[in-house]
Amino acid sequence: MNATLQPKRDVTSPEEWDRIAESTEFKDLMATKKVFVVPAFIFFVVYYFALPVLVGYAPQFMATKVFWNVNLAYLFALSQFFMAWTIAFLYVKAAGDFDKLAKDIIEKSVKNGGGK
Amino acid sequence: MTTSTPLVMFLVFIAITLGITYWASKRSAGSSAYFAAGRQIKGWQNGIAVAGDYMSAASFLGIAGIIAFQGYDGFLYSVGWLVAYLTVLLVVAEPLRNAGKYTMADVLAYRLKPRPVRAMASLSTLVVSTFYMIAQMVGAGALVALLLKGSGISFQTAVIGVGILMIVYVVFGGMLATTWVQIIKAILLMAGTLLLSILVLAHFGFHLSAFFNAISQVTYHDKGQVVVKDFLTPGLRYKPPYGPLDLISLGMALIFGTAGLPHILVRFYTVPDAKTARISVVWAMVLIGSFYIMTTFLGFGAATIVGRDFISTHGGTNMSAPLLAQALAGDVFFAFISAIAFATILAVVAGLTISASTSFAHDFWTNVIHKGVERKAGEEVLVARIAAFVVGGVSMFIAIRLGPTANVAFLVALAFAVAASANLPVIVLSIFWKRFNTVGACSGLAVGLLASIGLILISPSLMAVDPPTVVGTARHLFQRPAMFPLENPGIVSIPLGFIGAILGTLLSHEPTALHKYNELLVRSNTGLGSEKAISH
Repeated sequence: MNATLQPKRDVTSPEEWDRIAESTEFKDLMATKKVFVVPAFIFFVVYYFALPVLVGYAPQFMATKVFWNVNLAYLFALSQFFMAWTIAFLYVKAAGDFDKLAKDIIEKSVKNGGGK
Repeated sequence: MTTSTPLVMFLVFIAITLGITYWASKRSAGSSAYFAAGRQIKGWQNGIAVAGDYMSAASFLGIAGIIAFQGYDGFLYSVGWLVAYLTVLLVVAEPLRNAGKYTMADVLAYRLKPRPVRAMASLSTLVVSTFYMIAQMVGAGALVALLLKGSGISFQTAVIGVGILMIVYVVFGGMLATTWVQIIKAILLMAGTLLLSILVLAHFGFHLSAFFNAISQVTYHDKGQVVVKDFLTPGLRYKPPYGPLDLISLGMALIFGTAGLPHILVRFYTVPDAKTARISVVWAMVLIGSFYIMTTFLGFGAATIVGRDFISTHGGTNMSAPLLAQALAGDVFFAFISAIAFATILAVVAGLTISASTSFAHDFWTNVIHKGVERKAGEEVLVARIAAFVVGGVSMFIAIRLGPTANVAFLVALAFAVAASANLPVIVLSIFWKRFNTVGACSGLAVGLLASIGLILISPSLMAVDPPTVVGTARHLFQRPAMFPLENPGIVSIPLGFIGAILGTLLSHEPTALHKYNELLVRSNTGLGSEKAISH
């Protein structure tokens, strides 16, 4: 049976959402997420925009050759790929903890008759 | 070889994808199956499909061409297009999957007034998707005509062919067929790019130093003069006074726009849960990143092995990668790479069509006009199928009217600018700002949309004085010096989108949006009550 054709009805009451949002478990989850996501976001934005800023405003410096005629500009651009992959990898590792905390919250709520 | 080898390869790809569409059509009954492939796509599959949806002809042929002609600056596109996925991964993918159903507007509609918010979000989705699609269609027509030169296929026939195929995939096969077309295309594209890169390296005897040495002295003719340039030097494209600012503005549009592209966002509804959505972003990042690193070999390879002069007289920048294939391994490889380019275009336009038609049917038809109730089962899917016909037909018509030489590159920049300035601010504020409300969402979407379109209209992309030798739709729309100096409006329009959303919110009160914030917060962060996969 395809249940998704029916308009969705929430079994969970507004009070239950508020209760979860105010619970220590949920606040824990949000705090744990914040500790990783906020610094990671700021770091990648700064690291990324350093590239157009340096290349745009210090082209001579960025044209400095390092080896085999490869310059700083190319190496810095290339490093962005590894930066992105590293952050993604670290995020997936950290997100394992988020999943555990979220699972506890869901289980507790279902016991209270919420969720669906 | 005969001139029909590429055509044969095109036909093989078409036959395979039509087979998949037939298979998928029997499994696409019901809204969730049609719009979200039953939410049963696996993480790695969706990751490959995201990559397939994202790596358009603009990335494959376009970036190779920009690097071949303007060197290092072209590579900056490659970087931005990957790093952008960190915004998708860290900010939008999981909350969207947890709280939404088929479209990005689902998340906004949770605690805001559904009708105005969905109407605006649907408008913005249609604008982004159709602009992006027209750019792809014009490119597709020109390219297919060029690749199949000798087979007697004209620009017009090519556009109609691409249009009909994408409509067939979407109308009959829904999201499931579209997903598998993306997957096959992405695998072909990766294989072709890898082969080309290896051949480029082999050309230099597998000595990277010899390769980079050649890049440092690229030779070509400019206005009758021999020019020797180090193509790794920044600034060959983005020159002062406004170049650096344009580069930052482009970066902003890419980094914040990708997470607002409707055809990428809908992909996260095809997986069973937020964790799988996360895994699919990582898969996509591995593929997209490897691909964009390899644009080094495609672009600089074309610059050093084929040369700018030859490419200019044999079809222009977009032909850089296919011509490189021909130079390295002959006509059959040229045909193979051409077929990959064709597959790339088809897959991307199919993805755009399904996201546009889903938004029209789900947001506009069912939720705005009929207040969230499907009057009879299957209506939403039927409307989406009709919408796919209309969207496909309209973009075919416009692409044919514009013709192969039309100046349409700005349409892709526009799509990213609208996504970054209109869609992203409201998605982010809706998830993270408790005070956010309906007026804020509508004003943010409207300001972001108008600012992006307005600034592009008065930018050098559309406002410049052409020499009399430029004719027809290749001419700029307004023949006068540009009033806004940047090609990419992001640096101005993105802050404007945020300001519009914030001011609209602060100037109004909406207690329900405030009360329902806890629900959205819990849902988007835990996945409690999220849409489940269809179980058979």
